[in-house]
Order: sequence, then C-alpha cells, then structure tokens
Amino acid sequence: MNSEAKKTPKIHLDKVGKTYPGTKIPAVEDLTLDIEEGEILVLVGPSGCGKSTTLRLINRMIEPSNGRILLDGEDVTKVNPDKLRRRIGYVIQQIGLFPHLTISDNIATVPKMLGWDKEKVKARTEELLATVGLDPDQYRDRFPKELSGGQAQRVGVARALGADPDIMLMDEPFGAIDPITRDRLQNEFLRLQSELKKTIVFVTHDIDEAIKMGDRIAILGERSTIHQIDSPERILARPIDDFVNDFIGTGSTIKGLNFLKVDSVTFTGYPYISVQDSPETGRAKLAASGYDWLILVDEDQSPIRWLQAKDLDGGQSTYTTAGEAVGEEWLRSESSLFEALELMVQSAAGLTVVVDANGDFQGVVSMGDLNKAIRRAQREAQRHYEDLEANL
Amino acid sequence: MEALKDWFIFVQDNQDGIIEETLTHARMTLIVVVLASVFAVSLGIAIQRNPVARPLVLSAAAVFLTIPSLAFFALFVPITGTGNLPAMCALFLYALLPIIRNTVTGLDAVSPAVVESAKGMGLNARQQLIKVRLPLAWPVIMTGIRVATLLTVSIAAIAPLVGGNGLGNFVKAGLTRNGFDGASDAVWVGVVFTILLGLVLDALLGLVQRFTTPRGLRT
Repeated sequence: MNSEAKKTPKIHLDKVGKTYPGTKIPAVEDLTLDIEEGEILVLVGPSGCGKSTTLRLINRMIEPSNGRILLDGEDVTKVNPDKLRRRIGYVIQQIGLFPHLTISDNIATVPKMLGWDKEKVKARTEELLATVGLDPDQYRDRFPKELSGGQAQRVGVARALGADPDIMLMDEPFGAIDPITRDRLQNEFLRLQSELKKTIVFVTHDIDEAIKMGDRIAILGERSTIHQIDSPERILARPIDDFVNDFIGTGSTIKGLNFLKVDSVTFTGYPYISVQDSPETGRAKLAASGYDWLILVDEDQSPIRWLQAKDLDGGQSTYTTAGEAVGEEWLRSESSLFEALELMVQSAAGLTVVVDANGDFQGVVSMGDLNKAIRRAQREAQRHYEDLEANL
Repeated sequence: MEALKDWFIFVQDNQDGIIEETLTHARMTLIVVVLASVFAVSLGIAIQRNPVARPLVLSAAAVFLTIPSLAFFALFVPITGTGNLPAMCALFLYALLPIIRNTVTGLDAVSPAVVESAKGMGLNARQQLIKVRLPLAWPVIMTGIRVATLLTVSIAAIAPLVGGNGLGNFVKAGLTRNGFDGASDAVWVGVVFTILLGLVLDALLGLVQRFTTPRGLRT
C-alpha cells in the first residue's frame, strides 16, 4: 500500500445507509463519502433529501442500519455513542442552549464532563467567548433568554468548540437568523475556520450559503445520493446533470464570478492622463488607443474621472469637473469578478477601474474580460471531468 | 360581632388542643406529601416516554382522585386498622395525580432542541435527565407538589372519622354536639385553622420553589 498516494480521510462513510423501521425506502442509501481533514464539506439538497439524516449518522444521533463510519481510520460504528459525541462538535439550527445554565456553564458542559480541572475549564470558556466575539465580562454570567438569536448561535458554536473537537457537525446553523446577522456570522465563522482548521460537515438547503461556506459541496438528491461533489467553482462552471443545474438555479454563471479574481483579467494598457497633462496628450492617447474614454488620475496616481475627447476641450483646469466621476469604490487585484461586474454596470464607460495596493491606477476590466474568464473556467472544469472519466 | 368575640374566646380556651391538632395535621400532611412526591416524580419520569404505561398510570391516579374521600379512608381500615394510618394511605394515593401529571407535563414541555443538543454533546440518558430535563421541568413539578399539598391538608380533615387525629377533630366534635353551645365554634376552628395551615404550607413551598428553581428559569 502506498501511504503517500492517499491520506486517510478524517471522516469516511463506507456504504452507510438508514432505513427507518416500518419503511421500505431508505432515507439514506449506501452513501460512501470522504471528508478530508480541515475542509468544510457542505451537504446541500432539497428538503427531504436526507442531508440532515446523513449528518446525524456521523455522530450516531441516528444509528445507521448498515455500513461503517470511520474517523481517522478508526471504525466508530460500534463504540459508545456518548463518548463518540463528546469528540464531535454539534451545532443545530434551533441552537438548544440550556436555559437554566449561564452562558459560561453552557460552554463548559463538555469540558466538565470530560473531567477538566476548574481553572482549565474557566480559561477555556473565557477564551471561547472571546473567539466567537462576545465580551466575557459582559456575557459569562448571562442566561440564554437574555441573548438575541445571533448571540445565542455564537454561544452555540462556542459550546460545540468546548473541548476543542477536531470535527464539527453543523445542521443549518444560521438558518433561523435574519439575513444581515447571518451574513456576518458566516463571515466570522469562515475567518474562525481559517485559524481553527476543523473538519466541518455543514448542512444547508440554501445553495448560496453552500457556495459561500463550502470548500467542497455535495449536492444530494433523494435518499441522499450524491449528484455532484466538488469545489463550488467547478460545480458552478459545470453542473454535472439537470438536477444539479436546476438546484443551482439561474444565475449560476454570475455566482461563479465570485470565485474568479480580478488580477487574472486586468488589462493594464488602458490609456490614462494625469491632471498635469495637456489636452493634446490626452487626445493623442485616446486616438492611439481607439477607446472612447480616458482615465484621469490625480497627483497620487489615483483614478478620479472618466473623460471623453470633448471633455478635454476646456483644458487642464476643467478636468476635475468634466466627464464622469470614477466613484469611490475601486477594485483591487484580489477582488472578485462579481464585484467587478457590480461596478461595471454602474460605470460610465462600461468598464471597471482596478487599482493596486497603494490605490494607484492599474488598469481596467471589461465585459469581454468577464466573458473570457467565465469561458476559461468552464473549459477547465470540463477538462477536469474529462480527465476524471479518462482515468476511470 | 358577638359571635366572633365568642369564637375568639373559644379559641383562647382551647389553645393547647388547637396547637396540638394543627401540628398533628401538619405532620400527617408533610409525611404524605414527601412520600408521594418521591414516588410520583419517580413514576412520572419512568412513564413519561412509555406510550403504554403512561395513559394507564395517569388514568389510575385519576381514578383514585374520584373515589369519595370518606369511602376511600374507610377502605383502608380493614387493612391498617383505625387511626392516622388509613387516612395517610388514602391521602398518599390522592396526592399522586397532581404530582405525576405535572411531572409528565413538565418533562413534555422541555424543548426537544435542548434535549437534542444535550444528547449531541454526549450526555448519556441519565445525565440528560439529571442535568437538563429535570431542572427544566422542576417549576412545573413543584407546582404539582403544591397542589397536592393543599389537597392533602384539606382532605386530611376527615381523618378523625377513621380514628385519626388532626384539625378534623374540631369539626367532628362540632358535628356530634350539633345544636349545643359552642358547636359551630368548634367547626369554625377546624375550618379556619385548616385554611391557615394550607396557606402557611403553600407559602413555605413557594419559597422552596423559588430557591430550587434555576436562576435562568425564574421570571
């Protein structure tokens, strides 16, 4: 066996199935799935597809009818389920904080059960409160009823992280939270995950949440069968079948722009003049380039206005009021093409301005560049799947 | 006015007897309530999730409560002999229903999400019960115990009819001397002090409830 060829997955489901007593059709049918260490795998699918059941099979909240579950290569299908669950963080949509315990006692539940000493438990709860963005002095002695939904789910996440489990299972954790708070919690969670590197299985029915949160996404159909499992970029660039296509919905290509970066498509040869340059210089540059619009940069090389040939007629003194303002929002090389599109449709010239880290004018992105980037991503995804098939 | 004054004089004259019977009445009530609470809460926990035992037990407890008190007391005399014991046996069975029912209701009302998260964190069935479900159901269970206490205080007044003691002795004395001087005074002693005892015990249990209810659940 070649150990370098394939690392042991953090979680391995081996033909795991669940058929409820009294039913013939399985809720989950022989699912085989690897979850790699440190990744967020999102299970997404229509309601009733068995995605929650699948998640709950991993910590045996639901006992599988057949198949095996392996964590770090160890078969945990038959071990004591309570001990197993203490190793796995679990976050649910309804949160389920213990209303009779303070916030810090809620977070300390698993560490206390594992017999940590008092000082260590206290230090850990304080640390976790800070980690999820709640001031320990303000929140440790509060009770769950005194928290908003967003704050309660922060505590829910902190509690799941209590004993520092390697694995977190999250069942629509942000599903019951208002959109603005949800967006903030998602962002904070991603930032947290970039430090913690937990292995996370995340269930949602919201494809946009899946695209945002997932390192990989598994799109599940009935009986939890996997239609496509891949990075969000590739799924958006190349939905494998009609089911996936329908599930992603319209606008999948535009959503795919989120994963493409501005630096790959920026055109750096675009004509610009400085506020000190004469109208003649401007006209010459315009004529040479064949474009209708010219960028005006200030003394700091920051783009300020779009100018056409006629806007140059008034001379240098009128530059700063002529033409159209570039706007306050600039793209940087690490911005996504989705942001580029957003700004492009508002821009006078139909182009988006890109600046470097210092705010100096660098170039522009055009609609044609977006088109090229998308087509390139689609070709790459297609080639990837062709390679996969060829290797079968 | 005159009648009230006479009554106070009666109370004063019978001070020692009233104190003694009140203490007997209170002791009987407390023993019954403590035993019934332990038994009924345990039973309630045991049957709450059992679809067969649950309706059976609840119906049985309800049947006890519908048996006329006097008859129920008398039913125990052949088994236990006369005295406080037959009364306490019947009172014990009376006290069960409110406590069992409130235990079951209280446990039912615990949010499934809370139990789900407790289980998901690795609390075993016993830990879920002791650390989560019972504390959350506790205010409802305590309410049941308080109802059972009031019920027991009031029905315990029949004890003298099966040879027992307690404040019922004054009622009985008043009844047997019906029409004679001071007869109704004795009945009123029975009534008033039973009520007072009930109020005092309920207030005490109210304090117990307050101090045993987790702070996060207090309103």
